[in-house]
Amino acid sequence: MSVGIVYAGVGGQGVLTASSIVGKAALLSGMNVVMSEVHGMAQRGGIVVTEMKIGEAKSPLLGQGEADIIVGFEPVEAYRILKKAHPESYVIVNTEPIIPTTVSLEGKTYPDVKQILGNMRDLHVVSLEATELARKAGNVIATNIVMLGALAKIPVFPIKKEILEEAIKKTINPKYHEMNLKAFQMGYESISL
Amino acid sequence: MKYENVIVDEPGRREFLLGNEAIVRGAIEAGVGFASTYPGTPSSEIGNVLFYVAKKAGMYFEFSTNEKVALEVSAAAAASGLRSMVFFKHVGLNVAADAFMSTAYVGTNGGMVIISADDPSMHSSQNEQDNRYYALISGMPMVEPSNAQEMKDFIKKAFEISEKYKLPVLFRTTTRVNHVRGIVEYGKINRVKREGYFHKNPAKYVILPSVARRMHMELLEKLKRVEEETNNSELNRIEGNGNEIGIITSGVAYNYVHDVVKELGLNAKILKLAFTHPFPKELVKEFISSVKKVIVVEELEPYLEKETRLVAQMNDINVDIYGKLNGYFPRAYEYNPDVIKDALEKIMNIKIERNAYTPEEISLPPRPPILCPGCPHRATYYAAMMALKQLKIKDAIITTDIGCYTLGIQKPYEMADYLLCMGSSIGTAVGFSKSTKQKVIGFVGDSTFFHAAIPGLIDAYHNKANLVYVILDNRTTAMTGHQPHPGLPVNGMGEPAPYVDIENLVRGIGIDFVKTVDPYDVKETIKVFKEAIKHEGISVIISKRECALLWDARRRKQGEWWIYEINQDKCTQCGLCSDWLACAAIFKRKDKDGKVRIYINDALCDGCGVCATICPFNAIDKKVIR
Ligand code: SF4
Ligand code: SF4
Repeated sequence: MSVGIVYAGVGGQGVLTASSIVGKAALLSGMNVVMSEVHGMAQRGGIVVTEMKIGEAKSPLLGQGEADIIVGFEPVEAYRILKKAHPESYVIVNTEPIIPTTVSLEGKTYPDVKQILGNMRDLHVVSLEATELARKAGNVIATNIVMLGALAKIPVFPIKKEILEEAIKKTINPKYHEMNLKAFQMGYESISL
Repeated sequence: MKYENVIVDEPGRREFLLGNEAIVRGAIEAGVGFASTYPGTPSSEIGNVLFYVAKKAGMYFEFSTNEKVALEVSAAAAASGLRSMVFFKHVGLNVAADAFMSTAYVGTNGGMVIISADDPSMHSSQNEQDNRYYALISGMPMVEPSNAQEMKDFIKKAFEISEKYKLPVLFRTTTRVNHVRGIVEYGKINRVKREGYFHKNPAKYVILPSVARRMHMELLEKLKRVEEETNNSELNRIEGNGNEIGIITSGVAYNYVHDVVKELGLNAKILKLAFTHPFPKELVKEFISSVKKVIVVEELEPYLEKETRLVAQMNDINVDIYGKLNGYFPRAYEYNPDVIKDALEKIMNIKIERNAYTPEEISLPPRPPILCPGCPHRATYYAAMMALKQLKIKDAIITTDIGCYTLGIQKPYEMADYLLCMGSSIGTAVGFSKSTKQKVIGFVGDSTFFHAAIPGLIDAYHNKANLVYVILDNRTTAMTGHQPHPGLPVNGMGEPAPYVDIENLVRGIGIDFVKTVDPYDVKETIKVFKEAIKHEGISVIISKRECALLWDARRRKQGEWWIYEINQDKCTQCGLCSDWLACAAIFKRKDKDGKVRIYINDALCDGCGVCATICPFNAIDKKVIR
């Protein structure tokens, strides 16, 4: 048995850091974990997706319907990856959009966030204003940690909250521990299931 | 120290490592004394880690000027008796191919492992060539790992193989092995041999035709012995049992096969191959004789499949073989669990439930990779675009090169018309200037310039080409993760190093129109572009400004941060910043009052201030964040 998690967002949001914190936490919990990252080409403003299996698995990529949890750092990017979900999946969505340049340069439209969330209503959707919470915690840079706070509350997520916090401390510069742990707690408390 | 966890001497310790980090760990355990590379995704992190740990591990490491040089320095180190490791991306092996082919003939003394990182699906490459075929044309033994643990363990094995047969070994990896994190258990660290001695032997090491004729025969003899080993190697193993279905697989594809077989509870046995050249014919012969159906699963080219079919044909084994050649598996792009399931549905005539959620189709705005906010290349392209507009030149041919700046292809700049490979910006610019009357502008990055563009620039000068050549000097090899290059005062060991001054180098060729500009000074840069375009003959512009991400990291460390904001009272919504500079942090939003306004995203803005300098209405202000 394994739990499949997909993290999707925009380069610069700290998607890679967040997912490797979870990986480290899995290791600390004595669980097996395999995770696939994207690297290369420009690093900010493009799509970033990482896929992870925690538990008995070898495959670094998830098939359709294999994501038990989707951690969407940005509404459109959460939607784009939904085909990996199954009807019982949890989808965590940060509701603050990052509008891509194709909107002003190519006349594409960015859908209404309410419509995006509404379309997902058959799934277990958990939405939060993660970017805004991070600003309140002290810096927008902590948006990824707010998302981890929310993730810690998801019932099928197999790692304990305290261990996740320990992995955050192991990864992030001690100077910013306080701010990040605050952001984590804000994410955790912001959702109710 | 960064990456301290990779070098701790603690057998049994478990770490969550990237495949590329595991390679470094394997090299350290193997006592590798010498390593070299030219950075290229998906191999780059191997070098990034060595940059931090090589010195402490007692190893020599260099970022070489290009892959050919990297292979040559490592070959000499191995000839001197050291264990040497050279690594690059798959197309890097094309650059190194000349030296690569000869190393198989002359062989090695110390162990030599050549790592090729292939990129199925071309996440960041110009093609998806399958470098396993390089093992065949050179006659090198080949090892293909499947996961992070094997990256570490098999590197050690590869050195043992190399030393046993005095042959370099090709270690073939792919993106989803290089860039996959997994748990890696450490072994013990062997002592590094850092100093060798070269025992002269021109009859082996000087590849004259007479020597080559003899060495080729020796190589063929060695390969026969290596093949015996591949048949019995622990790197090639059988999992499971049953006599119905046998699956032959290697590399990353094994993981998908493993999980799908388990999920479906299939009664299949798997021949997992990792020592794949020379092909283990005996082992495969026995395996395919023991089952009724054989399925071959491998990404890209049907290498294992063709060899398997050959074994069947030569031994009169009548078994059904399913692979790419009869259309069951795709020959392009990387695999995933669904590819395996799709094929099994056809082969076994079954239906596999996927339980996937089908989201309602809505049109989503694409988000292609773009230059980062604050990227100096954006400012350079903006200036070039404006200069061409002001000179009313519409059909200038833009040759480009390999780096982040290739993204200048996008709207609104559209600064990319032709690209072949590393360094091609200049050779192709010469060709266009000689065959058309159009203006020709070539763009190249600093690292790519050193890598392969200098011979082309000499060609341009000597053959009197008429072109503008722009060297985008952002003081790093940015796309692959910020490695140093010969133009910087630091080397692969993290030590101070002499550097090559690009402007002096260009002048040294004999070119006299050479101007260095700061692209953040947009006005001046437009002016210089106009002069260069009007100049007859070669003009070289060096657009010099550190990569935004490096500048960024430094400021964050010092606790200094600022961004820019649009003052909506002054902004006329003219769209110059959003539509023509087109910074990724600038966006348009329809507000509650129904009006569309331009804003700057505070999470993406990097504070470069270029938008503020071009705004004709002074509507963009700096805002300092505590
Ligand atoms: S260039 Fe200045 S005035 Fe024009 S849209 Fe941008 S901020 Fe507004
Ligand atoms: S200052 Fe302007 S151009 Fe520079 S990153 Fe911020 S929004 Fe983009």
